[in-house]
This record gives sequence, structure tokens and C-alpha cells, in this order.
Amino acid sequence: MITLKEVKPGQTVLVDDVKVTGQARLRFMAMGVIKGAQIKVKKVAPLGDPIEVQVKSYNLSFRRSEAEQIVVVPISAPM
Amino acid sequence: MSVITVALAGNPNTGKSTIFNALTGARQHIGNWPGVTVEKKVGKVSKGGRQINIIDLPGTYSLNEYSLEEKIVNDYLLREKPDLVINIVDASNIERNLYLTLQLLEKNVPTVVNLNMMDEAKIKGYEVNIETLGEYLGVPVISTVATSKKGISQLTDLLDAASEAASTKTGSRLWAEYLEELARLKKSHKDGDPEGEEIIEARYHYINKMLDKALVKDEEKVTFSERLDEIITHRVLGIPIFLGIMYLMFQLTFAWVGQPVSDWLDGFVNGPLAETADGALAAVGAAKWLHSLVIDGIIGGVGSVIVFVPLIFTLFLLISILDGTGYMARVAFIMDRAMRRIGLSGKAFLPMLIGFGCNVPAVMGCRALDSEKDRRIAIMIAPFMSCGARLPVYALFAAIFFPGSESVVTLSLYLLGIFIAIIMALVFKNTLFKGAAEPFLMEMPPYRIPTLQTVLLQTWEKGKGFLVRAGTIIFSMSVIIWLLSSYNFSGAAEEINESLLAAIGGIIAPIFALHGFGSWETGVAVLTGILAKEAVVSTLGVVYGVAELAEEAVEAATQLQASIGAVFTGLSAYAFLVFTLLYTPCMAVIGTFKKELGSWKWTLFSALYPFVLAWLISLLVYRGGLLLGLG
Repeated sequence: MITLKEVKPGQTVLVDDVKVTGQARLRFMAMGVIKGAQIKVKKVAPLGDPIEVQVKSYNLSFRRSEAEQIVVVPISAPM
Repeated sequence: MSVITVALAGNPNTGKSTIFNALTGARQHIGNWPGVTVEKKVGKVSKGGRQINIIDLPGTYSLNEYSLEEKIVNDYLLREKPDLVINIVDASNIERNLYLTLQLLEKNVPTVVNLNMMDEAKIKGYEVNIETLGEYLGVPVISTVATSKKGISQLTDLLDAASEAASTKTGSRLWAEYLEELARLKKSHKDGDPEGEEIIEARYHYINKMLDKALVKDEEKVTFSERLDEIITHRVLGIPIFLGIMYLMFQLTFAWVGQPVSDWLDGFVNGPLAETADGALAAVGAAKWLHSLVIDGIIGGVGSVIVFVPLIFTLFLLISILDGTGYMARVAFIMDRAMRRIGLSGKAFLPMLIGFGCNVPAVMGCRALDSEKDRRIAIMIAPFMSCGARLPVYALFAAIFFPGSESVVTLSLYLLGIFIAIIMALVFKNTLFKGAAEPFLMEMPPYRIPTLQTVLLQTWEKGKGFLVRAGTIIFSMSVIIWLLSSYNFSGAAEEINESLLAAIGGIIAPIFALHGFGSWETGVAVLTGILAKEAVVSTLGVVYGVAELAEEAVEAATQLQASIGAVFTGLSAYAFLVFTLLYTPCMAVIGTFKKELGSWKWTLFSALYPFVLAWLISLLVYRGGLLLGLG
């Protein structure tokens, strides 16, 4: 089991579980970060945080502390 | 005349403002939603003997009341019941955009879906089948490219038939099935949480089902925007590029465009304008007091603020351009980690940086922060960014007391301001605005070229507020200061040191008795500094009886230097500069506080606590310096 935090830029994963809690959980989900969604990690900010990912057909940025709470499964197929 | 209300709803970054501007032109009114500082834009259009009110709702990703904006949209739809909602959808990012669409349709508000940015979708390799989409949604779907006005006429036609359009709900079997499914889910959800996760998933499930049929995707293409972003937020190049853009912005504002125009305006106001007024007043034989009121009070006071207008408009223009290109999100992305150390998000960085130019746009710029707590903290610390108007004060004193090390002294003050801002942000975060940090969740929109109309309208909207304040608060304050400096209880004062202002300065002076600058002159300077920071210098000029500054500027400066040099010591001068840096911001900022914080209580607090802080810290500097034998 790995989390989104450990995913390297350029890799694509499937979301298995969103463990973000509280209201933030629903915010993430409404933005399309839900179980089964495909996420591609695009880059890490110059200072090392936050990260930028591609969800559906747009780019979203959040911090590693939240990425750590998103459980993912790696997939090999390119997005 | 019948009135029809049409509301525009949609995600941020979908070109909603561009469509609003295209529909309404300049016939728009910008206010605030009741009780909050979120902008409310209303445009009025007359068509076929009917008045159509177009409301631009705040951009939101959903209707779940996660944010102030979402609450506003929800309340609006519930209470005002618009005749028609035009839901603007970014076709190049259709999946997530349709989430809001589903929520709107679930609420059963009369909706028309407007697929915008069809050009970008095409570049991305997306082909959307509008009929199929309509079948799944059960409402009319129109496509536009707002930036080139393609399809806008279709939208205006729609406005003509707004009320009919509302009733043309096509209805669809697919949509009815979806609603049944939702109802079933809501019923089985016993926890009484109507916006549970299953519902969110069901919506995305339906969106996927719909797009399976309605969206043909080419092989994913790497867009120009993506390639550009590779460079702009590059791990190594990102920060130099960022610094370069900020440098350009400041040079344009304070060296190349804004400042020169401001200087010209300054010359005009104090030269030809003042002379013309002078001549005109003399010609009609105006009384001496009226002459003085107009020339010294109004032209001198309001003029000193009006000259900032070109500066501020240039800054706002550049910010609007950056905002329209999507670079603002990158600034927040790059600076988030640094800003988080002081408990704020990356979105607070730009307003702080702008503060070094002028605190007014800095305080206004704090709107970019989405958490109300963060916004208030940012507003309350922004004035510690040493603005351009404080620089003349440092320059004057540094030249007298610290010749040869002016830049070190000035830099130390800038750094002190940043340091105090950081400390106060941490203090507020742990006292007044306690609570868990809000997660940073931000869309990174593609780079776009903003339309000229949108940029100009935005610049005007932001800049207008400053003009209004100059005409109201600053005007009345100027008149009051003039009154105080020209009169005492027995009538017109011959010399300024016999005036009421001097008396008030005398009352203030003891406050600084322990600071080494407790004269009535500095008391008055502190007072007028609240009107405008650069007034500290001009006030000292006036009260120390320096001859008219205009012609013999050099000689006057020497005189002023001699007077100040006799009154202050190096240490007390530095303590005074520290005080000037930190104390109550100028009237223009206080006026902006009121607008942005929304209450007099917070406005007063934000204006007064810096005074106390400045008093304490400059005392510490002076007394500490004495102990170290620096006096």
C-alpha cells in the first residue's frame, strides 16, 4: 500500500482510498479525487511542496501532508 | 417593463467574467453580497422592451457550502429564484465542470448549459457531442468561444427568450433515472448526511457514463500551456523566473511607467493647477481663509493622494494581466512552502509583496485567500510591509544621521517590518484565529491570454475604490487638518506653532517623552502621517518653518536637515523611523480595512494595535540603544 506522497512525477496511479478527514475530504472528492480516479503526478514545487497532479483533465495542487492521506495503486499504462 | 433575472454560474477559470462582460459591456454595477466582501456583479440589459438583470455569481466548484462563495450561490438560488441560470462549463475540462452542472440541475433551477472554451477543447483533442450531452442532462446546451465572441449571439438570443427558455426543459429518461438513483441513495443514507460520499461518487459515475457517449478524446496531446509550465514552474528555473517577473512588475510600476506618470501629475497638481486656482481665487477676490483652504488644504491634501493614482492603476493593471494569464496560481504554488512557515498559504505571498509598493492594493489583494481566518490575518499584517510612501521619511533621516550607510539603515527597516509581520501572523494564528489549518487545494488553470476588455474592466473596478476614497475620506481629513493648522480658539493662527494642530501635537508629545522624540513637531508629524505617510516629511518641513519647498528645494532641504539634526540624535531618529514604519497605517489603508474586514470593530483594532506595537518597539530601540551607549 502506497500513498500519493510516494509517487514520483510522471507516474500514474489509481486512487484506492481517500483518507483525508473532515470537510477537506468532501472538498477533495468534489474536485474529482475519489476512489477509482486516475491521477498523474506532474511535478513538485521548487521548494519541495506542494505537488501538482492531473485529475481528470485538469491540474490540481495540494500539499504532501494531504497527499500522504490518499492511498493509491500504481498502474503501468500511460494516461 | 417586465424584469427578468439571469444568473451566470460556473467554476472559476471558465471564462465566466468574459461572458458576463460580453453580455453586459460596461453597463455593470459592482457591489458586495450582503454582509460579506465577495464581489457581486450585476449588469442591466434592455431587450425587446424588457429589462434583463444579469448576475455574475461567484465562481464555485460545487454547491456544497464548503466556502463562502458556495454559500452565496446556494442562498441566491434558493431565495432569489432567478428566471434562468446559465451554467458556464469549460469544455476543455468538462468532467469536473459538469459536477456543478449536476448539482444545479438537481436543485431543479431552470438552467441552460453553456460549453465555453470550445477552441481549447479542440486543441486538447476533445470533441463534445452537444446533442448527446443535452439528452443526458435534459436541458439545452450551447457552445461558445467567449474570447473571440463566437456563439455569444446565441447567448444573447437566449436572453431574449429567457423565460421561454426556462420552460423548454426537454426532460430526459436518462436524467430521470439518475434522479431516482440519487433519491434511493439519499434514502438509504441513514446518517442524515445528504452530501455524503456515495452521492459524490454517484455524480461522477453519471458524468463518466455521459461522457463515454458524448466525448471523443484523441490521443492525449501535450498542449502549449503544459510545455510552458514545464519551464515556468521548473524546479531550478521556477524561482529565478518568479523573481524576474516580480522585478519587472515593480520596475514597471515604480520606475518605468507608474512613478513617472505620478511625478508628472504631482508637478501638474502643485504647479499649473495650484497656480491656476491661485490666480482664479485672487481674481474673484476670495477671502484669505478660502484661498488657504483651497490651495493648502484641498489641493495640498487631496493632491498628495491623487498623485498615487497612476501608480496604483499601473499596479492593478499588471495584477489583472497576471491574474488573467493564470500565473497567480503559480506564484502561490511556488511560495506556499515558505508562507506556510508563518501559518499562511502561498496565496498570501503576492498581496504582501504588493505591500512594498502600496498597502492599499495589498489589503485588497488579500481577497485571493480562501479561508476567512487567513484573509483577516493577512490583512492585519500587510501594513507592516514598508510601503513606498514611507521611503521619503527614511531617506530624509538616514541622510542626516547616517550618511554613508543610508541603504543599510533603510534595509534594516524593511527587514524589521517583515520580521514583525511574521511574528504577528504567528501570534494571531495562535490567539485570535486559532483552529486547524485549512488544506491548500488549488486548481492550476492552463495559461491563457486574457481579453483586453476583461483586464481593463478589472483594473477599473479595483482602482475606482481608491479614487472614491480620495474624494471622500481623504478630502474631509485634508480639510480638518487644514482647519487645525490654520486656527486656534481665538481665531486664525499667525504661525503654525500657535495653531490647534500644534496644541494637539503638544498633547501627543508626552506619549513619546521616553522615546527621545517628544516634541510637539514630531507629535504633529505622527498625526499627519496617519493621513498619508509621506506627509511626515512635508509636515516636518512646515512645522520647522522651512521656506516654500518648491523653488529652492536644495536650500530648503538643508534648512530642514539643520533643524532636524538639532532636535534628534542618531538613536532617537532611528527610534522615530521604527515608529513610522510600524504605527497606524494611513487613512487610505484604514478605509480599505473597513471595506475588506466589514466591521468597524476589526477596522479599529487593525488600525490601533500597530500604534501600541510601534510605541513599544521604538521605546525598546531607544532605551536599549541608550543602555548600549549608542545615544
